[in-house]
Amino acid sequence: MSEQYVLETRNLVKEFKGFVAVDDVNLQIRQGDIHALIGPNGAGKTTVFNLLTKFLPPSRGQILYKGEDITALKSAAIARKGIVRSFQISAVFPHMTALENIRVALQTFENTSYSFWKSGNSLHKLNQRCMELLDEVGLAGFANTTTVELAYGRKRALELATTLAMEPEILLLDEPTQGMGSEDVDRVVELVRKAAKGRTVLMVEHNLSVVSKLCDRITVLAQGAVLTEGDYATVSADPAVREVYMGSDGSGERGVAAEDNQTVEAAQ
Amino acid sequence: MNQPIKSTDIHQSILDDQKSQDRRKMMINGVLLLVLLAAPLAIYPVFLMKILCFSLFAVAFNLLFGFTGLLSFGHAAFLAAGGYTTGYLLSNYSGLGTEMGIIAGTLVATGLGLAFALLSIRRQGIYFAMVTLALAQLVFFFFVQSEFTGGEDGMHGIPRGELFGLVSLEDNLNMYYFVLAVFIACYLLVQRVVGSPFGQVLKAIKQNEPRAVSLGYNVDRYKILAFVLSAALAGLAGSMKSVVFQLASLNDAHWHMSGEVILMTLVGGMGTLLGPVVGATFVVNVEYQLSQGPLRDWVDPILGAIFVLTVLAFRSGIVGEIQKFMRRNLS
Repeated sequence: MSEQYVLETRNLVKEFKGFVAVDDVNLQIRQGDIHALIGPNGAGKTTVFNLLTKFLPPSRGQILYKGEDITALKSAAIARKGIVRSFQISAVFPHMTALENIRVALQTFENTSYSFWKSGNSLHKLNQRCMELLDEVGLAGFANTTTVELAYGRKRALELATTLAMEPEILLLDEPTQGMGSEDVDRVVELVRKAAKGRTVLMVEHNLSVVSKLCDRITVLAQGAVLTEGDYATVSADPAVREVYMGSDGSGERGVAAEDNQTVEAAQ
Repeated sequence: MNQPIKSTDIHQSILDDQKSQDRRKMMINGVLLLVLLAAPLAIYPVFLMKILCFSLFAVAFNLLFGFTGLLSFGHAAFLAAGGYTTGYLLSNYSGLGTEMGIIAGTLVATGLGLAFALLSIRRQGIYFAMVTLALAQLVFFFFVQSEFTGGEDGMHGIPRGELFGLVSLEDNLNMYYFVLAVFIACYLLVQRVVGSPFGQVLKAIKQNEPRAVSLGYNVDRYKILAFVLSAALAGLAGSMKSVVFQLASLNDAHWHMSGEVILMTLVGGMGTLLGPVVGATFVVNVEYQLSQGPLRDWVDPILGAIFVLTVLAFRSGIVGEIQKFMRRNLS
């Protein structure tokens, strides 16, 4: 039965000293979907991401990738299998150039990464591919710019390009539009749509218009447990969702957006 | 922002950029080499060798601190392990070539470094520093208690011997050029390491460790390798120092020494290649000059004040500040 799901969790639980952050979550991500994970602050979305990528060890439960149990694998091994995550705050290497950022990702699959005696020029053969990836996200002109000098939206685009360099089968995006102006948001939506071709995407996202535009399927988390699951129409019509997520007065999107800025980084 | 430019052009300009940077590096290295080759004409060679040994120690430390982002507070242990091993072997086995004694000292420090790394590498930040300090203190007490080190008295009269059985190192100039050759080889090695594919990963780990993990890197292994390389070079510095001064003492194992190498690296500029060399030169000179004058009892407070000033006002250190200045005025 599980063949059709590329990523699956079974009874996933994470407890922190008496506090249950993730409570018996069964996620089923279908191949090729853009799947959103939404829910109010503290619902456990980022914790789920951390569990899936083993940045945190689960207390109980299983994680399956294409039917194979990957619960015991380490973070780096999971990334090499093709499940690559991004982070809530932009995860770039600030004092490397944009090109170097991407090259570090490509380097993972070279067998020279421990070769401390090799010249750095041996990495130049990867530059071509780096430029292609930069071009895809519209950053080719910034290849030699130190990342810390890039505007926020461009950093996020660079982060996405770096993630794509890993040729992931599953992309885990933690709030890709967080803290962005509407122009940047539109650009990121386009980038994600492009990146999702031939891939599966699981994303945490607060911006419901982004979710409605992009996502095939939505899982709503509340207090660590799955509240409901379905497409946008089903989920947004569910009164229970309106209750916990949007607030009972229905002024959801604005309230959520305001909360958004205070999102505490749950990871580490 | 830019007009559509062909990405191949951009790539070419990046390569050109790098080439001119490499050329500048070569030029600086060349000038440095000439200065060091000529230096014994003007300055007492033993003093120069002291500077070179401490420079190598600081360069080794900086590989870990400046380029990997790991603050070890136990590097004195490697300096001392190298020094004592070499000193013991050369004192007790007269047939042994000096180079073998130095290699053995380096290997012992490398092994000790691996042990330290395995025990400490999973700790982060201040905890990592504390674990390395604690381990170094254990090593210190081992050296205090052991008979072969001479305890509080230290190990004296270590013979300098001959290099490959050919060149007498009793002669200060011979000794100097040997130390210089080793120093240059190590400096170039570190330069190579920093620019290597491995160095790129270290850079990434230093700047954003979780991201490096999420890109599939087993960061602990990279850190361990960096730690071991750093310990090996620190041990080599200690070995050479014991041959130069014909002396190995507890001073080298004391935590003061671990602090001093941090000071040298910070004052010179952490994360730059030349910084630790400049820092070591500076600190050794300040210590020497002060100890000759009326302020001889004030060496530690003055160095402390310099340390505070650096951390507060010149975070990038001497070389770092110069680089910043050049960049501002060139672009």
